Order: sequence, then C-alpha cells, then structure tokens
Amino acid sequence: MKLKKSALIGAAIAGLLVSGYAAAQEQFIGLPSYRVGPYGSNGASLYGGWIDYMAMVNARDGGVNGVKLTWEECETEYNNARGVECYERLKNKGPTGNSVFQPLSTGITYSVLEKVEQDKIPMVTIGYGRTDAADGSVFPWVFPMVTTYWSQASAIVNYIGTKAGGMDKLKGKKIGLLYHDSAYGKESHAIMDKLAEKHGFELQKVAVAHPGNEQQAQWLQIRQQKPDYVILWGWGVMNATALRTAAKTGYSRDKIIGVWWSGSEEDAIPAGDAAKGFVAAGFNVAGANYPVIKDIQTNVYAKNAGNMEDKERVGSVLYNRGVVHGIITVEAIRTAQEKFGKGKSMTGEQMRWGFEHLNLDTKRLAALGAAGFMPDLKISCKDHEGAGKVKFQQWDGSKWNVVTDWIEADKPLVRGMIEESAAAYAKEKGITPRDCSKEM
Amino acid sequence: MGFFFEVLIGGLLSGVLYALVALGFVLIYKASGVFNFAQGAMVFFAALTFVGFQALLPGWTGLEEGSVMVFWLAFILALASMIVLGILTEKVVLRPLVNQPQITLFMATIGLSFLVEGIAQAIWGANVRALDLGIADEPIGWILDSADMIVSSFDVFAAALAGILVAALALFFQYTKVGRALRAVADDHQAALSIGIPLQHIWAIVWGVAGFVALVAGLIWGARSGVQFALTFTALKALPVLILGGFTSVPGAIVGGLIIGASEKLAEVYIGPFVGGGIEGWFPYMLALFFLLVRPEGLFGEKHIDRV
Repeated sequence: MKLKKSALIGAAIAGLLVSGYAAAQEQFIGLPSYRVGPYGSNGASLYGGWIDYMAMVNARDGGVNGVKLTWEECETEYNNARGVECYERLKNKGPTGNSVFQPLSTGITYSVLEKVEQDKIPMVTIGYGRTDAADGSVFPWVFPMVTTYWSQASAIVNYIGTKAGGMDKLKGKKIGLLYHDSAYGKESHAIMDKLAEKHGFELQKVAVAHPGNEQQAQWLQIRQQKPDYVILWGWGVMNATALRTAAKTGYSRDKIIGVWWSGSEEDAIPAGDAAKGFVAAGFNVAGANYPVIKDIQTNVYAKNAGNMEDKERVGSVLYNRGVVHGIITVEAIRTAQEKFGKGKSMTGEQMRWGFEHLNLDTKRLAALGAAGFMPDLKISCKDHEGAGKVKFQQWDGSKWNVVTDWIEADKPLVRGMIEESAAAYAKEKGITPRDCSKEM
Repeated sequence: MGFFFEVLIGGLLSGVLYALVALGFVLIYKASGVFNFAQGAMVFFAALTFVGFQALLPGWTGLEEGSVMVFWLAFILALASMIVLGILTEKVVLRPLVNQPQITLFMATIGLSFLVEGIAQAIWGANVRALDLGIADEPIGWILDSADMIVSSFDVFAAALAGILVAALALFFQYTKVGRALRAVADDHQAALSIGIPLQHIWAIVWGVAGFVALVAGLIWGARSGVQFALTFTALKALPVLILGGFTSVPGAIVGGLIIGASEKLAEVYIGPFVGGGIEGWFPYMLALFFLLVRPEGLFGEKHIDRV
C-alpha cells in the first residue's frame, strides 16, 4: 500500500517535471486576427498562410531547434479597441509571454505603439503601420519590414519610369493617385509629392471616401484629367469598385498600378473581366509552385491539418503574405536562439534582438524554399525595414503573373524622409535616439 | 457643360441604387414604425445566400454552372431564405416586443443586424465572391458616340428595375387590403389589433417583402463590386435618402435617392477639390441635416401632429 502511494507521488512529481519541461519547450505567438467583419476575407487567407507555415515547421522539423511553436488567435474584427484588448489578453500567455505582436492593422499599430515598449514586446508590422518606424534608433521595438509604404510608392514610380522608357521620360507626364481617404491612403502623399518634384511629373490626387463602393465621380474626374497612369492606393471593396468603374469610364486597366493592399485575388476576382490587365505591386508573389508552399501541402494539407477552409486559396497573394509573416517570425526565433540558447523559449527582449539581427539573404531564402517568393532582407539597429523592394504582378483574368524582377525604391530619398520624420517624432516625444554604433 | 451632365446623370443613376436599399427601410417603417437597423445586414445575407446557392447548385443538380436555370433556382432559394428569415424575425424578435416603445424595437434590430451578419458568414464563409448578372457594366455606345457622355447600361438596367419595384410597391400599399392593413399597423399597433388586423401576419408579410427588396438590392450592388461584407455599408447610403424622402413614402425613397445621388456626385466634382476631396461620404448627411431643420418629416413623409 505504502509502495503504491510512493509510486503515485513519484509519478505525480515526474509528471509535473515533464509538463514543466514540456512547457519550457514552447514558443508562444499571439495572433490578433480578423476572420469576420469587413476585412474577414483578407484575414482568413493571411492568417491561414501564417498558421500553416508554423504548423509545417512543427510537423516537418519538430519546431525550431526542438521548441514547438504554439499560437492563439484573438478576433479583432480590424477594430482598434478590440486590437488593444487582444494585445492585453495575449501578452502574458505562454511560458515567456507573447514574444511578438503583429496586429496587421495600422490603426492597432498606432494604438499600442507606446505599450510595446513598456511591455518589452517587439511589434512587427509587415507591409503596413508607421513608415518612419523603420528608423530603429528612434523606434527600437517596432519593425515595419519588408518594404514600407514610402518605399513601395517610390518603387511604383520607378516601375512607371521603366514603362515610360526611362525616369527622364516622366517629366511632363500626369500620374493620378486614387487613394482611400484615411490615414492609410494619405500616407502616400508626402513621398509622392517629393517624387513628383524630383521627376517633374504632375500628381493628381483623387480621394475616395470610405468604404469606396461608389466611385463614379472620381473616375469621371480621372477621365477628364486624362492621367497617363493611375496609382490605386485602395483597401477592401474600394479596389474592385475602382476597377469596375475604370472599365465603365474607359480607362485602360494596364495603366492602373495597385499597391499591395489592392493587388490580391480578393480584389481582382470581384471585379470580373474589368480586372484583366491590372498591375499591382507586392513584397511577395502569388503561386503555389514554390518549395515552401509545396512543403506546407505535403506536411500539413496531406494530413488534413490545414487552416484554410477554401484550399483553392493556398498560394494566393494574401495566403503567401501570411507565409512571409511565418517565415520572418520563425527565422527571428532561430536567430535569437543562436545567441540566447538553442532549444529555449525566447522572451520578448530576446526576440527583439532576433528581429534586429535577422539576415534572410538569397542563400537562406533558397534554403527555406522561398527564393523569389519574397525579397532578401537584412535588418539592423538603424534599419528596421530591410528590403525596400517590390515585384509587379499582372492579373490575366484568373491569376496573377509576375511581370518584373524585384524593383528597388529610391533608397536615399526614402531613407532621408524616414530619418527626418523619425527625428521630428523623437523631438516631440523627448526620445533620445539610440547610438546604433554601440549596439551589438 | 457636357461634363456637368455626365456627372449629373451618373449621380441620378447611382441615386436609384441608393433608393433600392432605402425601399427596404421604408417598408418596415411603414408597417411597424421601426427603423430597421438590420437592413444592410439583410442585403448582405441575401446576396451571400444567392451566390452560395449559385455555387452549390451545379454540384447538387448537375446543371451547367452559370446557366439561367441555376440563376433562377438560386434566386428562388435565396428568396425563400429571406422569407424564412423574415418569419423568424417576427416570431423571435418582434412578437415579444409588441406595444413596446419604438426605441426598444430599434435596439432589437441593432442586435438583429449583428446576428444576421454573423449567421451569413458562419454559413457561407467570409470570402469575397464575384457576381455576374450577365449585364455589361459599360458605356452605352450610341450615347458615347453622339454626346461623348458615359451612361452605363448596367446603371440604366438597375434604374429601370428600381422604378418597376417602386411602382409595384406603391400600388400594393395604396390599393390592396394588405397594404391598407400595413398602414393601419404602422399608425398604432394596439388600435390595429383591436379592429381585428392580424399584426403578426402583417409583420411576417412585410419582413418577407423587405427581404425580397434586400435580395434585389444585394444582387445589383453585389454585381457592381463583389459580394462581400461591405454590402452592409449600403445602408449608410440609404439613411440620408430616407431623411430627405421621408421614412414612410415609397416614391419619397426614389426622389430622395435621386437628389442625394446627384448632389453628392456634383459636390464631389465641383466642391471636393477645394476641400481636399472625399466629401461624398459626408455631404449627403449634411444635406439631410439641413432638410431636417427645414422639413423634419422629409419631402413626402407624413406630418406628425400631436394633440396637447
């Protein structure tokens, strides 16, 4: 009897030890997702890709150096207040708390900008958020990777320059900017004004009120002004409506260049035939033929463990963007473990170090099965953006086809504006910028 | 001058589409005196159900994808779903609230809107879907050639459809027994009940008809910019139309729609550039506010007189 009791106690202690040990072998990632509401369709693809990538790393590699990735979703409905609530709800989960916050919303980014610094949780904003946060000396906890809005705008103008036969040919041309009348849409103004001044083209700004499901007046204005190209800086229903109204008013779709939040299947399919020929920028491309996507299909979908309800969307623009989020998160964990100990769960501070020393060069991307899928990027204390490049894809009526190689932004111009804006923010908030030459 | 008329005609045609959504509000307001906050959600639910059935039917029946037969079957099934939704709304939401203050009924429709949005996405998913009604959204050739003006064939079709609906509903309210009963119920629930008007029956009919109007509006708006959650925002366009036209007038909805459509487009083109653009979103509300000050019951609404 006594022996039996001792055995039970021993088993209980062993169980506790094992469970404690197992808990330490987790890396928790909080996902403030949106799967319902106005942008639920975008969120389902994005978070689907991201979760599938992490599930694939767990299934194929047993996690990162043996550390299993765990995650929990918290529905924000793309609403700032709910985003903050999710931030608070997720921050203490997992053995080391939430080690990175990626809100996928510029509004939520601004709402928790100061909180992440207090809580020592890095915030990664891939393809959205505050552009000047790319200056890591002023914003040590914020990482607007891979390409910021300003770099994107500059790369689009470079692409238009190529189409026109050279940057010098832009002089005297007219470029329309059809933008979502919000902070997101207006983020383009400063850089576009500078670029217009530098290259001598006339910039015609046309605002579209939220949600943008009615654009007759705007496209009649465009028809009257006759711009050579129109940059579509849209979001949600505004994109499909823009393409359909452009068709209605006879504006050629291959002269419309969308930003990456305008260039997904979710934007092109609802526009039907009106989307044919439409070109859009992207810091990732569409397609299921990349080894990384095939790995997901083999290790996750073949075992009926995929996150996507609509499996047809695996390999879509937004799904692949989710995979980019997964790659960057996992590689930051790996980088952090190199310094702080392989096989350990990383804290927020350690993860911040991991992000700041991330180096996804061509060789590493090829090893990850993502060569050509996303641009190579190298983050540093000073530069939290990394790449500043985009590829352009064209919609053929049923799918996106890549039509360019990676096109770079006008880095000196963009970087100068980032540093100027960050310095103004630092002055306003009384922040003393870090001396990056002293950072390891 | 040609450009002015182009903007004006485009605005008037857009206004008809706003009126189409506003009609659904008018119907329910006329029958129950309630501003149905869930009308936008009903438009979304109807369109999503239609495209959902349209996708499923070829697999179920072996009919050819995109065929006319599939279209009409999907339409009938979506309409049946809207009628079921209407009946359930009456039984579960409205019946327990008979004789309650109007604000209570209004609050109930706010709850209903979240429920309907959630159910629609739970059943059919949140994916954005294309909807092709087979009518090209492109300029009518002879108008473009002769006057260099863009008038979309799709917009003209939608305007004609809305016109037919308005005429049919106006006749229904004016000349049928059910129509008169609807107006009686709108005036006073208790008085209508006391003279033997079956309130629940009337409410179920009107919610069913509002569901039909929501389906038509959902198909037109869905064909323009895809079937997606943003269809719920169409309700925002209908609100100033209602204030202008009056909450109880079917012809008022169409006149209000025309005024709002034309004025917002002209304002966007001719005033917008001086104030940074993007004024289409708030200009109709400003206009409606002005109307509220001058004529609170709207252009065609019933004047409310209280004995003191």
